[in-house]
Amino acid sequence: MAEVLVYVDHVDGAVRKPTLELLTLARRIGEPVAVALGAGAADTAAVLAEHGAVKVLTADAPEFADYLVVPKVDALQAAYEAVSPAAVLVPSSAEGKEIAARLAVRIGSGIITDAVDLEAGDEGPVATQSAFAASFTTKSRVSKGTPVITVKPNSAPVEAAPAAGAVEALAVTFGALATGTKVVSRTPRESTGRPELTEAAIVVSGGRGVNGAENFHIIEELADSLGAAVGASRAAVDAGWYPHSNQVGQTGKSVSPQLYIASGISGAIQHRAGMQTSKTIVAINKDAEAPIFDLVDYGVVGDLFAVVPQLTEEIKARKG
Amino acid sequence: MSLRIVVCVKYVPDATGDRHFADDLTVDRDDVDGLLSELDEYAVEQALQIAEEADDAEITVLTVGPEDAKDALRKALSMGADKAIHVEDDDLHGTDVMGTSLVLAKAIEKAGYDLVITGMASTDGTMGVLPAILAERLGVPQVTLLSEVKVEDGTVTGRRDGDSASEQLEASLPALVSVTDQSGEARYPSFKGIMAAKKKPVESWDLEELEIESDEVGLEGSWTAVDSAAQRPARTAGTIVKDEGEGGKALAEFLAGQKFI
Ligand SMILES: Cc1cc2nc3c(=O)[nH]c(=O)nc-3n(C[C@H](O)[C@H](O)[C@H](O)COP(=O)(O)OP(=O)(O)OC[C@H]3O[C@@H](n4cnc5c(N)ncnc54)[C@H](O)[C@@H]3O)c2cc1C
Ligand SMILES: Cc1cc2nc3c(=O)[nH]c(=O)nc-3n(C[C@H](O)[C@H](O)[C@H](O)COP(=O)(O)OP(=O)(O)OC[C@H]3O[C@@H](n4cnc5c(N)ncnc54)[C@H](O)[C@@H]3O)c2cc1C
Repeated sequence: MAEVLVYVDHVDGAVRKPTLELLTLARRIGEPVAVALGAGAADTAAVLAEHGAVKVLTADAPEFADYLVVPKVDALQAAYEAVSPAAVLVPSSAEGKEIAARLAVRIGSGIITDAVDLEAGDEGPVATQSAFAASFTTKSRVSKGTPVITVKPNSAPVEAAPAAGAVEALAVTFGALATGTKVVSRTPRESTGRPELTEAAIVVSGGRGVNGAENFHIIEELADSLGAAVGASRAAVDAGWYPHSNQVGQTGKSVSPQLYIASGISGAIQHRAGMQTSKTIVAINKDAEAPIFDLVDYGVVGDLFAVVPQLTEEIKARKG
Repeated sequence: MSLRIVVCVKYVPDATGDRHFADDLTVDRDDVDGLLSELDEYAVEQALQIAEEADDAEITVLTVGPEDAKDALRKALSMGADKAIHVEDDDLHGTDVMGTSLVLAKAIEKAGYDLVITGMASTDGTMGVLPAILAERLGVPQVTLLSEVKVEDGTVTGRRDGDSASEQLEASLPALVSVTDQSGEARYPSFKGIMAAKKKPVESWDLEELEIESDEVGLEGSWTAVDSAAQRPARTAGTIVKDEGEGGKALAEFLAGQKFI
């Protein structure tokens, strides 16, 4: 059976959920061979094997942390040359997309970004994409070279499918461009203990209606009662009420959770672009005419300062 | 020595319009008004600020697109860019990101540059990968997704706010930079700027001029193929209730019914 390269997104050996989803999709096309780079790369093997990786290629070198993107492209290219895969799958993070893109142009292949589904087809894998703020669904293929496809988080279930997951060291030679962009310093984002926004099953977001940083605890408390991630509209972020890293939308994160709860958000097209593929959408807004209500499965027309705390209390009571 | 900045800007259908695909599954550009991609305004803004700091700098704005794309160039010129290049050719219709990046790379090399600046993503394709591909094609460092950028003594530095960390980056010119909408509000063209833009040069280049064969671009030359595009069915009308004191409880009941609680 054909092999499929899967680029592993991990933090010091802890594999992030979107990579496990990629393994599910990769198995529809062939046998997944995972590529894990950087500190802790070898520690990823057990969980990757449990989810279907027949092989795990690993490499570590200071270049991966000290320079931007290109060293990882050099390594993925080395894996590509060693394996000759039928496709290369990469998680659709900002960095993942850049790595995939540079690999694609190097190996003379087309690229599809932000796929939300993937199926085997007669002429190679068929990717489903969501266009124009998710108002269209397209099906596309790579018609030249080896398909390089980046896939959005929450696009496939995580499934156990035990495989050998034999670890092999990958030999990487860095090219002249690898050291072009130096990472002078790195400040890790502080962990909130809440789920990662793009990966969360439930996202609770607040917008301009929250009316101040000091009120965002209302949104956070609702999120915590549901084990959810917290999101924000750009209006709330621009006002300095919540960090940019929590922005949902075209220029923020794109989320696709099982449940999205928008409070005090009008539903501008740029916000919708980032949340419209959520499975169930709920909104709380005091304006019955707000465009967000066009999207909802359930909407409450009302003051969020009354509705949200009552909802949080009720959830806590029901959960006991 | 003069700092030569090339800013890549895209002409896109207005996101607030009713965007859709044409019969050949390319973007229908006739039915919806086009404009300079809003995210590229941030790229023009950063170019202007870098030029203001430099002793001597020249900003060229570059677009690949249909005839109307000149509007996007005019907007960038009225913000303060010095000149414009429009790559226009019927054979470009339906070009994918590999083709677009090839055309941009050839045009940038022909124009001459020390620094290339792009937006973080277009507001239509929204791939966000063209800058990285362009850097690869040009063989220069990519300093991408910057929320802060500075150019001094032949070095570009900037801050990249990533998913898990914020990074301080550094590279030598020539380099390619992409900027996010966090990089700083884009200025509005002044009346004087709009008048001045009318006199600024806009060059038109075609594929022949760039020594690109027509089968390297366009629908035929694409490395990807769109097989179908379907409008997403409108969401079935949801339940909407007015809060009269029990709205939160009613919502909890709905969430419990959906097994979220
Ligand atoms: C290039 C570009 C990119 C953009 N990218 C993004 C993006 O990534 N994400 C994003 O979100 N936006 C983005 N925007 C901005 C977007 O156009 C909107 O301005 C933004 O989404 C509005 O945020 P909001 O809904 O919180 O605010 P508003 O539109 O001001 O809506 C606030 C809502 O809160 C309601 N409200 C007020 N008080 C209460 C209350 N007490 N109880 C209940 N409801 C209340 C109001 O009725 C209103 O509907 C972008 C814009 C541009 C031009
Ligand atoms: C809905 C949709 C989905 C698509 N999916 C794919 C796909 O999966 N694979 C594929 O190969 N192509 C795809 N395309 C085509 C692709 O978007 C175009 O080829 C486009 O020219 C390059 O990508 P982008 O506009 O998405 O730019 P991005 O990668 O988002 O690039 C951002 C920056 O590049 C610069 N830029 C981009 N285009 C131009 C231009 N024409 N002139 C000047 N500067 C420019 C701007 O500075 C812009 O801010 C898609 C297009 C659409 C509309």
